[in-house]
Amino acid sequence: MTNDLHALSAIRFGTGLPAPEGTTSPEGMLAALAGPDIAAAAWPGVTMAEVLPAYRVASEARRAVQQDQGQRDAYRAAIRAVQGQQTQGFLVQLVRGVGAADGFRERLVQFWADHFTTEPKFRQDAGLNAAMVEQAIRPHVGGRFADMLAAVTLHPAMLIYLDQVQSVGPASRAGQRRGAGLNENLARELIELHTLGVGGTYAQTDVRAAAELLTGLSANAEEGFVFNPNMAEPGPETVLGTTYGDTGLAPVTDLLADLARHPDTARHLAQKLAVHFVSDTPDPAQVAAMAEAYLANDCALAPMYAAMLAHPAAMALPRTKARQPFDFLVAALRALQVPPDKILALSRGNLRKRLLIPLRGMGQEWGLPGGPDGWEEAAEAWITPQGMAGRISWAMEHPATFGPLPDARDLVGVALGGLASERLIWAVNASENQREGVGLILASPEFNRR
Amino acid sequence: MMNRRFLLRGLGGIACSAAAHPFLSTVTLAQSNGAAPLGDHRLIVVILRGAMDGLDAVQPVGDADFARLRPTLAGGGTDLDGFFALHPELGGLMPLWQAGGLGFVHATSTPYRDKRSHFDGQDMLEAGTGFDVAPGAARDGWMNRILQSVPGLTAETAYAVGREAQPMLEGPGQARFWTPDVTLDLSAQSRLLLEHIYHDDDLFREAATDAMDLAAMGMPEADMAGNARLADIDTLVDFAAARLQAETRIAAFSLSGWDTHRRQKAAIGLSFRRLQHLILQMQARVGPDVWGKTVLLAVTEFGRTVAENGSGGTDHGTGGVMLVAGGAVRGGRVMGQWPGLDEASLYDRRDLMPTSDVRAWAAWAMRGMYGFDRGLLEGTVFPGLQMGDDPGMLL
Repeated sequence: MTNDLHALSAIRFGTGLPAPEGTTSPEGMLAALAGPDIAAAAWPGVTMAEVLPAYRVASEARRAVQQDQGQRDAYRAAIRAVQGQQTQGFLVQLVRGVGAADGFRERLVQFWADHFTTEPKFRQDAGLNAAMVEQAIRPHVGGRFADMLAAVTLHPAMLIYLDQVQSVGPASRAGQRRGAGLNENLARELIELHTLGVGGTYAQTDVRAAAELLTGLSANAEEGFVFNPNMAEPGPETVLGTTYGDTGLAPVTDLLADLARHPDTARHLAQKLAVHFVSDTPDPAQVAAMAEAYLANDCALAPMYAAMLAHPAAMALPRTKARQPFDFLVAALRALQVPPDKILALSRGNLRKRLLIPLRGMGQEWGLPGGPDGWEEAAEAWITPQGMAGRISWAMEHPATFGPLPDARDLVGVALGGLASERLIWAVNASENQREGVGLILASPEFNRR
Repeated sequence: MMNRRFLLRGLGGIACSAAAHPFLSTVTLAQSNGAAPLGDHRLIVVILRGAMDGLDAVQPVGDADFARLRPTLAGGGTDLDGFFALHPELGGLMPLWQAGGLGFVHATSTPYRDKRSHFDGQDMLEAGTGFDVAPGAARDGWMNRILQSVPGLTAETAYAVGREAQPMLEGPGQARFWTPDVTLDLSAQSRLLLEHIYHDDDLFREAATDAMDLAAMGMPEADMAGNARLADIDTLVDFAAARLQAETRIAAFSLSGWDTHRRQKAAIGLSFRRLQHLILQMQARVGPDVWGKTVLLAVTEFGRTVAENGSGGTDHGTGGVMLVAGGAVRGGRVMGQWPGLDEASLYDRRDLMPTSDVRAWAAWAMRGMYGFDRGLLEGTVFPGLQMGDDPGMLL
């Protein structure tokens, strides 16, 4: 029972047990986050250096197949390549969660990737999100939110997903020539989802002015992000009472910096973090302390995390949240101590059968939350008959396909420390075989709550 | 957001009888009295997620400003009444319109205004609340409140088909949710042990018990991965229609794919075809007797801007269209008051001005079908709603 706080912290803030000693205290978690990104070095992710050429090939193949159906095989091969990059993004995130000592960092990457959800708009876009998470989000999870916001907002994955590449200033050169005009999609979600939050103090006129200011942000298959002055609406724009100048990229990055340091943004981010990690109805004092730490430290995220971890609510019981399906798979493979290399070596078919299709059955198809607001937070959204059928059947059927099963009587302690209930221990001892015993542990409320 | 996955879910809010569903567990049916307190009428609600462009579905071609505002989108439709025309991709519904089984309400919306967020807009549509309750605060949907309020309709009388949460049916009056493609094969012993470990956690116990019960019932096969664009609708319509022919009285579907920010002319066609297919398939599957007692309402969280945007699409707006179909409907007409498209008549100088509350039409439909009194509808089902006068939507 001395393990309780260790187990609770590993499950609530990390990717589960087993976790090395010293890595689950607030000091341990923050120190690891401030240190080198060991998991990224051990299991390298997908970057734009690979994604952009594959995107270019796929985009060209798409154009070619529209002209000539004979190009079909080349198109299919190009799409398979970008989809392979998307799958690689999934695999890398999965094995880092399974193998990393620093589980808190992995959870933060997941959190911010969800905050800045993008989905493939067309099939050739499939690889872009993985590179955005790897290069625009991951390096900043322990840094400043303002930097992450700028990196994401200027990333091709986001510019394409939220239609910014289609948005043209009506009075710009391109607008005059083509009769094209604004698209508000990115401007709206930038304010509503990424920064101030829907409860924030803004009006439709701010969304409109921000949309005009964002014109010029674009992306192409050769260079990735580009600023195209021909698309940019001339003239200054006033957003939330501040007027931004009229030339180049600088006014856009000024707007992003101002949005990042807005008090509504601090509250919105603090609330979302506390809801994700601690409780669907977090203590307002905890949220306020987090927002204050963020504003007092120039949008630095680590002080906000420190305020979250320092508050007594951080380690409060009972555990009311549920692990999301992806986190459930990570934690299960971690508890089973499946070597990351073995997961990386799975064949395409086995990867689908054992991980991707079950994940969809549990309600969380990889990379497709269905909208830019990302996945649901409430436990009730996941612990549904559908979701439980998926979890129970995975727990009962799949662990043995990853290698010899551990003794279920040992796994209780490995996976749950002192958090296993008497009922679970009794049931594991009463199970008729190891497969069933392991399944019971992984399907149990103790394992699925956090 | 154009590629929000197409998602379709159905549910039947049903007064189950043991005879109709012999494999439902006794836990599910223990409090059911086997009566049918909603009578014979069937209500089918289709939520169109992503904000359907009502001005594209039912085009006000007789309005002098329309063609100017919609240079690439206007035109090509089938005349309805000399003023409105139906989008060509909904042309398959014309026989239904001519027979009086299809109508529309134009320039309608929920009370949601100004921020034009899909997520808050859908919350309000599904929760059925007005400004008296903050968006998201009333998490139990209005259909669920019917289940709670009507005597003889016990808890656990509904089940759902699909992958996403369905807030319209969430809340204390329990509903059941299921995608017909999950299998759960357990030994009796495993089931006993699972029940043992879930005993003390209400959320897990209830979800897992339903999972094990529903798996034992055996659900129809579905090929969700096959992505046959209309065939997946058939699967879920068949599932719901079979239950509507039996004891089910309320069913709800959800159809995504309406957030047409760009190239709407190409993007919206498939969404319209899916909606049309759902309606025609439902009419065919339930048969003439049940269809004659059916009202189908297709509603969306808000409409879209009256003017096209710079990328051949439309952005988030306010007033929109509700579609009404079924044998119990007095159709063949476009209902609601038309506000006009000149700039002074628009909401916020950009959106179609709503001239009615979409909840009032739904409330009058339920009052006509089930005899619910105004107090229940205005106080409990749609708190704060003023129903106004009977619009005469039903036969």
